[in-house]
Amino acid sequence: MRPSAVRLLNILVPVKRAVDYAVKIRVNPQQTGIDLNVKHSMNPFDEIAVEEAVRLRERMKDAVKSIKVVTIGPAKSAETLRTALAMGADGGIHVEIPESAPAPEPLGVAKTLRAIVEREKEKANVDIVILGKQAIDDDMGQTGQMLAGLLNWPQATYASKVVIDEANRVAHVTREIDGGAEEVKCKLPVIITTDLRLNEPRYASLPNIMKAKKKPIEKLSPSDLGVDLTPILETLKVTEPPKRVGGGKVENVDELITKLKEAGIEAVKS
Amino acid sequence: MATKANRLRVLALYKELHRLGRDYEPSYDFHGKLRRMFEKNRNLTDAEEIEKAYNLGEYIKKETLALYSLRKYRHLKRMYPPNSTSDP
Repeated sequence: MRPSAVRLLNILVPVKRAVDYAVKIRVNPQQTGIDLNVKHSMNPFDEIAVEEAVRLRERMKDAVKSIKVVTIGPAKSAETLRTALAMGADGGIHVEIPESAPAPEPLGVAKTLRAIVEREKEKANVDIVILGKQAIDDDMGQTGQMLAGLLNWPQATYASKVVIDEANRVAHVTREIDGGAEEVKCKLPVIITTDLRLNEPRYASLPNIMKAKKKPIEKLSPSDLGVDLTPILETLKVTEPPKRVGGGKVENVDELITKLKEAGIEAVKS
Repeated sequence: MATKANRLRVLALYKELHRLGRDYEPSYDFHGKLRRMFEKNRNLTDAEEIEKAYNLGEYIKKETLALYSLRKYRHLKRMYPPNSTSDP
């Protein structure tokens, strides 16, 4: 009996150039958004996603054929791709949008990623898409789930552990949920979103960054993929949370009652 | 003897440390101290001394990397505490 050919795995990791984690977020004067003239870097959850892909290859060796990273953003987003390539990805895809364009919404991103997965099918099927669970600048946390819906693939979100059984084409994922963890088994191809505790991303050393410059980055535009990234949501207003008002101490019970009355709290008539 | 191989790896170490220093606390003059420490040892000839100095540089590189990882992890852990989803 001839053994069935084991198909090698292709992993796609979307990454986002987001506001750096250490930056103090400020609302812009027009109250339409946050000040974006600050340091940006790869979304930390996406770093964890790239790291997980690289670790899967280290564990599974030749079973992983390729790790591709993709980003949607202006020209500067190419830096984020280079960092991912320096961490161990093989090649990148940059869906370039104009600098002045509004930030893509999760549904737009998911549609773009679907188009990329369909496009990659012509060369090699994507088996696993690993995404960060949310971006730290908008905290939407929707893209992975929307992509799973659009592609009709199973999804395992908030992953804290990933084991791929390539022979049976199944993923065993431990998920972080309120009150503990649950283990799910999904058939490939699968969407996985990463939680903070999945792994500790590696540092991209200078020699690796130099090597990454030789790795290929394909440039595409949203129209090449047949996707319209025009926002369908309108942000009405963005404000900072109300400033915390300090509490006060009272000397005795009478003062406490006086203060409560001032605040409009009446005693219950017994 | 400062061999060519030594020269190359010391330069590589310097470049790596310099790049790491960019994210360091600005009030601590990382780049200045880095340069002075390397310049202080520029005339070393004994192979053992060179190796010792190089290992100290490697040690500082690893310590700085560990510092950065911890800083980032602590910050993120505070922003996204365990067992609570981002929605209230």
